[in-house]
Amino acid sequence: MTTLKPITELSQTATVAATRDGSLTARPSLAQMGDSRQLSTEPAGWLSGIRDQLQELYKYRELLYMITYRDVRVRYKQSIMGFMWAIFMPILIVMSGIVVRYAYALAAHRQLEMSDLASVAVKSIPWAFVVSSIRFGCNSLAQSNRELVTKIYFPKEIFPLASVLSSLFDFGVATAALIVIFAVLRVHVNANLLWAPIILVVMVTLVAGISMLVAAASLFFRDVRYIVELLLTFGIFFTPVFYDVDMFGRKGKWLLLNPVAPLLEGLSACVTQGKPPDIYWFSYSLAWAVVMLLGGYAFFKHLEPAFAESI
Amino acid sequence: MTSDIALRMEHVYKKFRRGETFNSLRDLIPALTGRMFRQGELSETDKREFWALRDISLEVKRGEAVGIIGHNGAGKSTILKILSRIMKPTKGSMVVNGRLSALIEVSAGFHHDLTGRENIFLNGTILGMTKREIQRKLDQIIAFSGLEEFIDTPVKRYSSGMYARLGFSVAAHVDPEILIVDEVLSVGDSVFQQKCIERMKEVIYSGAAVLFVSHNLKTVAEFCQRSLLVEKGRAVITGPSDEVISTYLQKPTPGAVDHTSSGPVRISNVKVRNEDGECMRFRSGEKAWIDVELTALARCSKLSVTLYAVNDSFTHVFDTSTERLGHESFDLEAGDVYSCTFELQMNLAEGTFYPSVVLFRYDIQAVYDRWEPAATIYVSSGGAVRGIAHCFPQIIRQEIQKPSNGGLVETLTNGDGKLGSV
Repeated sequence: MTTLKPITELSQTATVAATRDGSLTARPSLAQMGDSRQLSTEPAGWLSGIRDQLQELYKYRELLYMITYRDVRVRYKQSIMGFMWAIFMPILIVMSGIVVRYAYALAAHRQLEMSDLASVAVKSIPWAFVVSSIRFGCNSLAQSNRELVTKIYFPKEIFPLASVLSSLFDFGVATAALIVIFAVLRVHVNANLLWAPIILVVMVTLVAGISMLVAAASLFFRDVRYIVELLLTFGIFFTPVFYDVDMFGRKGKWLLLNPVAPLLEGLSACVTQGKPPDIYWFSYSLAWAVVMLLGGYAFFKHLEPAFAESI
Repeated sequence: MTSDIALRMEHVYKKFRRGETFNSLRDLIPALTGRMFRQGELSETDKREFWALRDISLEVKRGEAVGIIGHNGAGKSTILKILSRIMKPTKGSMVVNGRLSALIEVSAGFHHDLTGRENIFLNGTILGMTKREIQRKLDQIIAFSGLEEFIDTPVKRYSSGMYARLGFSVAAHVDPEILIVDEVLSVGDSVFQQKCIERMKEVIYSGAAVLFVSHNLKTVAEFCQRSLLVEKGRAVITGPSDEVISTYLQKPTPGAVDHTSSGPVRISNVKVRNEDGECMRFRSGEKAWIDVELTALARCSKLSVTLYAVNDSFTHVFDTSTERLGHESFDLEAGDVYSCTFELQMNLAEGTFYPSVVLFRYDIQAVYDRWEPAATIYVSSGGAVRGIAHCFPQIIRQEIQKPSNGGLVETLTNGDGKLGSV
């Protein structure tokens, strides 16, 4: 493949066909090309389009890893607490949950039970993951990686996906700490615990879809960022993190319409009570997750060509 | 490989929108409703659109380097951005045949909190290398950058030169089949620049296709067999670099054309010439004359004309003025036409220079008019001297002492002090 030719020889073989008005004429036709990429403005079939995009994303998997590594590394660099940060945030949420739960117990004139606290902990840590993924994901294009978006080509969904993965890393650290605590408290191990990883996969899928959606949208409209920020701040009141849905009795169903709610409730059920999640509501969240992932990805890819000039 | 064409653009158009786009939802809603009610007629947004590129066709073969030249804002960078797929053409098609690497902003992927080493991995993957590949070339990359001592220091402690050197070192080791370069050679000191040029030559010799955008005509002439001249988004001429460069130099700079001034006097003409008439190409040491013509619209006094020049990296080369050359400031009445001629000895090394003319009133330091730049001058010296100034160096004596013989063996000096071309 490597041919060493002096430049002078090459310049003689170079075909130059130019007219004054700038249009090149009489070029040979491009009959067969090797591994060429034909890039035109005409849309290709959407199915083959998605296949190509996924292939490209796979080709760039190492970059996804590197960006995730960078995000994690940078977050813990030059901080005294280091990895403690990953635990600090969930601990803060768990503590607030305990305060809220204590208030409930006082109002209901009953004792605060251990299972209440376990349920708060099990739901707070995934909630922290959801919040941090969407927050970092939303800022990952227009804020944190502006330079790269406008200057170098690669599949840009790597940024929101890396935000999800780096938040997942924090989640892993916090979960490890939680498992240690649970082991000390001797929570029973049962078969329904196997639901936990399945629920988590659905949660990651959902969050990845949302992150891509808001990342692309916030690049075009600055206010998307503020809306997302507001929703994330107040979302904890509309999501069963500090409370359980059954506390609302029959009206609790309305709260489960929030796609994150059945997942948190399911986690709490299988980890602290040894029960399987409500399968109907779980399927409801699963449907949301699939729709968000596909919709978010399609939306992202549709807008991606305009990123560089709109930022 | 079934084809020797690495890169091809066909009738590419690119439309941009001038001014503000909708940045918040509040702007979008009236725009959308507005569009619904004003169907058919040309809306304001349509009027604000303009073509950044119009019908650009380009073809680069393997082992060939093609230059793109043109004034600022002509559309060079847009072409590169489309080829490197950061932007999508509005119309037209293109083919990219092989692994493409764009040196548009080599240190864009750096994170300032990470060390040099970590950034090599990060930037390397961004530019499309695998981790294994980077691991293999790591020592080479570090050696190329010359930053061995600082490689485990966070890059935020680097100087801007070190930053750029590390960026180029990573990019230079990508081994692309197609390389797109945009002005990155202006980084680092001259030793590092030379290293970069050598490295790019290696890339071309290895059979890669190179597309090179630069204001530095000297480098374009040296590197590229063919060039494309872009003017206001259109391809003016494609052909051998020498021809394209001379076409470019014959064109007036846009600053001189779109010129408007509100002062009482304005510069009405600036012409650069040699003995034979208007001219843009000079040899080092040749004489050049710059004619400046002023037209007064109202009465004004104590005027002085300043002439200065910069080179293509915007280094100040010299400045002078009628006042400093011993001519008193002058007064003009409305309708007067003043003209003067500067004579210059072009003791400049090879390169492109931009002379500029500024008209101002000396005592109150008011600038009435300026042509910046007023022209583009291309100086050639045969490559003997690099830098800005040509001081006509010669070697008049050269000797080698050999200790084995106990003394002087050869003295290589000839009569006129010339030892052939260096």
